Amino acid sequence: MTDAPKRTPLYDLHVELGGKMVDFAGWEMPVQYPMGIMGEHKQCREKAALFDVSHMGQVILKGENVGEKLETLCPQAYATLKEGKARYGFFTNAEGGIMDDLIVSNAGDHYFVVVNAALRHQDIPHMQANLDGVEVTEIFDRALVAVQGPAAEGVVGDLCPAAAELKFMETTLAEIGGVECRISRLGYTGEDGYEISIPEDKAIEVSKLFLAHDDCEPAGLGARDSLRLEAGLCLYGNDIDQSTSPIEASLSWAIQKRRKEEGGFPGAARIQKELAEGAAKKLVGIKPEGRAPARQGVEIQCTEGNSIGAITSGSFGPTVGGPVAMGYVSAGHGEPGEKVNLIIRGKAQPAEVVALPFVTQNYKR
Amino acid sequence: MTTYYSEEHEWVTVEGDVATVGITQHAADQLGEIVFVEQKEAGDEFEKGDEIGVIESVKAASEIYAPLDGEVVEANEVLADNPGALNESPEGDAWIYKIKLADAAQLDDLMDLDGYKALIG
Repeated sequence: MTDAPKRTPLYDLHVELGGKMVDFAGWEMPVQYPMGIMGEHKQCREKAALFDVSHMGQVILKGENVGEKLETLCPQAYATLKEGKARYGFFTNAEGGIMDDLIVSNAGDHYFVVVNAALRHQDIPHMQANLDGVEVTEIFDRALVAVQGPAAEGVVGDLCPAAAELKFMETTLAEIGGVECRISRLGYTGEDGYEISIPEDKAIEVSKLFLAHDDCEPAGLGARDSLRLEAGLCLYGNDIDQSTSPIEASLSWAIQKRRKEEGGFPGAARIQKELAEGAAKKLVGIKPEGRAPARQGVEIQCTEGNSIGAITSGSFGPTVGGPVAMGYVSAGHGEPGEKVNLIIRGKAQPAEVVALPFVTQNYKR
Repeated sequence: MTTYYSEEHEWVTVEGDVATVGITQHAADQLGEIVFVEQKEAGDEFEKGDEIGVIESVKAASEIYAPLDGEVVEANEVLADNPGALNESPEGDAWIYKIKLADAAQLDDLMDLDGYKALIG
């Protein structure tokens, strides 16, 4: 990616709010605002935070039996996804690895799909080539904004009563300040909240309506990362990639029973085998006992000193008040409570395998 | 007391043959919220340019490089329990090391405040 980073429809707002802009996946995005990552993280856990996630790919799928056709690319039960519902999923490859993770919503006359920023160029052609008779349209003229936190219902619901009526993983079209938006009650922080697709020319106007609420402050990608890590949510490229299977990634919860039994998706042979017999490694939570954060790539050893895996995401968890991490450990390891050592700058640091998430998820079911 | 500055955004003050070393406010601001500081121990010797510690912010780890040859006399214990002190008073209470200088002439290679201000613009 040698091109200059692209700007989202909210770029001018980020600058106005004092955002520290960085290049992320080819996009010029705010990593933090003057409040700082810790403050923004706590703002989201305690009140509400607004994130620009317009770098993610928004896609419209139109045609006959789109849900059934998506099942040929994903191990999720999209054929039975009811109108007004959203479901987390992933594209798998023939080897059972994860090509990308995504959210699919049944919007009635179409399906609405959100994919990772860095994989737009892969996912859109993948769907165009393999969803026979489905019109695949990438949307370039809408922003995507997340309002997350226990006060999100107040922030969004005050402007849009229909949003307050949604439950977790439900989606609707509704007006916010006279602007028609797609509002979905989901997110990537472990908190209650919304992701809202807004026409680009109204994105700043609508975002400012949210920010006008006393409980809502802007937050950047730094807080987004520490929030999702505490919530035990995978980041594509760190925790999951083309080689890791959903079973290894502890994502079997995201494959519905019928699909587990029937298969019929790319890589089903490996995934069904791992469901039955266990995978060679699995993603677990790791809590370092000291203060030193364990970053991506840090070796995990069992207490006997053998290498059993590596950290894939690690940082300081502001809500936990100490370092938190996720990583893969080989089969036979990874029960919560297991003591391990993390090799940080050549020194073994004690840590413990823990159940994910680090912070209780706070969804409105 | 004269304060010297390094290109690695450290400050150095000297009393007798012992130097106090810390990071500048500018460096602390750039690092963001500091959550962990790894320090060497009293008695550890090093040469100018050696890595003598690590500062971790929420986002990333950054090395501390020795501005001078010397030996650690004391590592500031405050930072172990309260690494955030480095954000609050990096040029005051939150110094990082007291160092016994090996070669005071190396101070001449460091910058004065005007030089450092020019460096950070």
